[in-house]
Amino acid sequence: MKELTYREMGLTEEEYGKIKIIMGREPNYLEIGIFSVMWSEHCGYKNSRPLLKTFPTEGPQVIQGPGENAGVVDIGDGQAVVFKIESHNHPSAIEPYQGAATGVGGIVRDIFTMGARPIANLNSLRFGDPGDARVRELLSGVVAGIGDYGNCLGIPTVGGEVYFNQAYQGNPLVNAMCVGLVQTDEIALAVASEVGSTIMIVGAKTGRDGIHGATFASEELSEKSKEKRPSVQVGDPFMEKLLIEACLELIKEDLVAGMQDLGAAGLTSSIAETVSKRGRGVDVDVLKVPRRETNMSAYEVMLSESQERMLIVPRPGTEGRIKEIFDKWGLDAVTIGTVTEGGAFRVMEGNEVMGEVPVMELTEGCPVYVRVAEEPDYYQRCKSYDLAAILDANPQEALEKLLASPNIASKKWIFSQYDYQVMTNTALIPGDGDAAVLRIKGTRKGIALVTDCNSRFVYLDPYRGGMLAVCEAALNLACVGAKPLALTNCLNFGNPEKPNIYWQMKNSIAGMSEAARYLETPVVSGNVSLYNETAQGAIYPTPVVGMVGLLKDIDRRCDMAFKDAGDLIILLGRFRDELGGSEYLSVCHGLETGEVPEVNLEEEKRLIELLQILIQEQLLQSCHDISEGGMMVAAVESAIKGNIGCGVRINTDDGRVDGVLFSEAPGRVVASLKRSNMDRLVQVVIENGVEMRVIGAVGGDSLLCDNNGKEIIRIPVLEASRIWGGAIDCFMK
Amino acid sequence: MKFGVVVFPGSNCDADCYHVIKEVLGQEVDYIWHKEIAVQGYDALILPGGFSYGDYLRTGAIARFSPIMPAVIEFANQGGLIIGICNGFQILLEAGLLPGAMLRNRSLKFICDKVHLQVKRDDTPFTRLLKQDETISIPVAHGEGNYFCDAETLAELQREKRILFTYCSPSGEEDMVFNPNGSIANIAGITNKQGNVLGMMPHPERCSEHILGGTDGYRIFASMLQSWQEVSC
Repeated sequence: MKELTYREMGLTEEEYGKIKIIMGREPNYLEIGIFSVMWSEHCGYKNSRPLLKTFPTEGPQVIQGPGENAGVVDIGDGQAVVFKIESHNHPSAIEPYQGAATGVGGIVRDIFTMGARPIANLNSLRFGDPGDARVRELLSGVVAGIGDYGNCLGIPTVGGEVYFNQAYQGNPLVNAMCVGLVQTDEIALAVASEVGSTIMIVGAKTGRDGIHGATFASEELSEKSKEKRPSVQVGDPFMEKLLIEACLELIKEDLVAGMQDLGAAGLTSSIAETVSKRGRGVDVDVLKVPRRETNMSAYEVMLSESQERMLIVPRPGTEGRIKEIFDKWGLDAVTIGTVTEGGAFRVMEGNEVMGEVPVMELTEGCPVYVRVAEEPDYYQRCKSYDLAAILDANPQEALEKLLASPNIASKKWIFSQYDYQVMTNTALIPGDGDAAVLRIKGTRKGIALVTDCNSRFVYLDPYRGGMLAVCEAALNLACVGAKPLALTNCLNFGNPEKPNIYWQMKNSIAGMSEAARYLETPVVSGNVSLYNETAQGAIYPTPVVGMVGLLKDIDRRCDMAFKDAGDLIILLGRFRDELGGSEYLSVCHGLETGEVPEVNLEEEKRLIELLQILIQEQLLQSCHDISEGGMMVAAVESAIKGNIGCGVRINTDDGRVDGVLFSEAPGRVVASLKRSNMDRLVQVVIENGVEMRVIGAVGGDSLLCDNNGKEIIRIPVLEASRIWGGAIDCFMK
Repeated sequence: MKFGVVVFPGSNCDADCYHVIKEVLGQEVDYIWHKEIAVQGYDALILPGGFSYGDYLRTGAIARFSPIMPAVIEFANQGGLIIGICNGFQILLEAGLLPGAMLRNRSLKFICDKVHLQVKRDDTPFTRLLKQDETISIPVAHGEGNYFCDAETLAELQREKRILFTYCSPSGEEDMVFNPNGSIANIAGITNKQGNVLGMMPHPERCSEHILGGTDGYRIFASMLQSWQEVSC
């Protein structure tokens, strides 16, 4: 009976043995439940903690690094941005609409828990082949779920990325990021330090939904997963909107000593995390918790993952005022417990003690596993793949295929379902620039936001791929004129108990760490999602980077659209033609292989700094990084956005034609400028030690490309726009 | 001029409207909590966008019963200027201050985009700084903006020239193709008989500053200000 219980709750025999030693007795059902959720990967990071420790987390801009609900970064003038990204993969695989919606709800709570007003949402999504009906259903559901929740909250969804690959067929990824703005003297933390302080639960009532969601999120998906649909919570964005307003009123009136949201593992983890930070204990009475279902056991109340609830540790004597504010918003605010000395987490039902566990053992005592890492066979095989043997495709046909690839095509079908303008701060809307830009009202400042990860690169070479995810995010921010400040990450991998998967984790984290350290963009928050596997195998390793940058003067920002006929088009960065891991190889040759292009961090850094200067000096008309589809697709996207043609010239002396046009080698951007600015630009570029060449000019109504003077591509802009703009719509109709 | 922005639980464009009135138009403005029962001292009211009460039953259907609404209706009957934007428009319909009803968008999806409107009249308190037949550019963001009314009501709206804005192409051509939600007769905004209450789905507060990509929305608020200045002088 007991064995069945702990195994069903996701604990191993060894872990159960450890719990018995801690308790000095057999734990009861409730206590096993508490341990199992707190020691799940989702709450305890037991497989990833040693690796996470290698991230750089400090810098003069960092106010709060990992360990709180979200990271906090200084943006000057007594203001800070608060941000974090989090996964909701497993729930979304089973119930896409609610899974995605509650993913947004959870990450938004993490932000206002810190006392910040949430001002932007972003996301990073991965799906299987959109030709598959189930995949389209998942995509529709996830997008509607993200949209309906965020739109109702009135938080703009300003950016994100979406990729389609067979590797995510049965296991989509839904990562949601939220960014908030806070006065640095109003930051709230999730701590309860005063013995005798009360603990209040506020917001929605507690039901039976989502019990053991954290444990569910820490397993592989299987046919049986559908039976776990009750582990998926249901979101109520209206309730969350009221909760945001009420909680921010508490902060403004300085009524809060500590605040924590109820996310994975519900009351159990929020209480444990809040009191354990100062080594305190707690008495909590489950009978006092407002419920929306009858006959709930102490176990169900403690483990419920009902949404839209928060835990508040009031400043002494403020409970009455807190109740008044919540009453104004029509919400519950109830005292359910007291902070105690001595570190015992005691669950009461009235006067009866239902369970008692030492609180530090739930958090600090969580077992940590350093798994075995083993290089998979595919690594060397792909790396040494002879790409020279691949025939050069017809450039015109290849370009058309690339523009129609859902990984490159316009994502308007998706982002037009998100309100990206509410709050009237969005100065660069989705699709217009390499990153979203928001103004900070009352200042000249702006912030730039982006999410990035090319998971094909990470799969082929986790170390380089990890570096590239960080570099691309930083370069995207620089392309709109921002200085990259710091990052948050969402580490999506398969089952870490498998040596090949752990090898992917270990190496990609090492790559990310190195790049983040070099670019001085420390990791301030993050989330880990493991066991993203189905019977068909693991997902591509997908360590998503969410990065925030600062623009000193928002009037000097840059979008990606070509502007005026006669403007010159330049390539900044080294001229490269490596095709390994490119979308071109995948779309035109059906290959996902090759050596991932080498990353030179010094070059990346120089380019990132150069772009900030060029945009600050208003020398650029447009700027767009070279990523999926390479240089030619970058130029075509700028032309489509500007609704104007362009001509690009290449010479085969530069390498093979497809390599020159479609290489995704990093550290490069396609920019345009007025001819009259060329002299000054060249001077600045040389001063900053970046390579550059003129590759063409803006004008006309067609996209042209010449190789050694011979025309190899000619597509009317309208036609390219139709292919690129309609590809995802075509799938979804 | 003093504006009041009515705040329902779930309103989420209240702060945006407040910002435009105060910082861009430079006029006085207060939030009015929906549990208030009076709107004295205001020269104009804004019913902002959002999702009042989550719009769980039907858009605007619960907000219409908020304690503030009798005072809003009285304000309208006395000729006070009211602009209902998006959810505010939906609430005005539910409250009976404007005729017709909202259906879900033709696509059955939420839509956020920039659209073009044709200005049908420039002799109203809301459009006097615009030009008749001019095309303006303005953002929309809604799931239920598919305005519907019966043939008789439509004929009345047309006869009485109460349609102020219709969806159109960038060059002003009216066609369903340029209509983001499928509304009848491409309607984007209408007034009451007296012309002092406007309901519109697009968001003028989202295009009242250059940094947001346009200022056509500002001209609507500025029209209200100029109308008030003339009346009060």
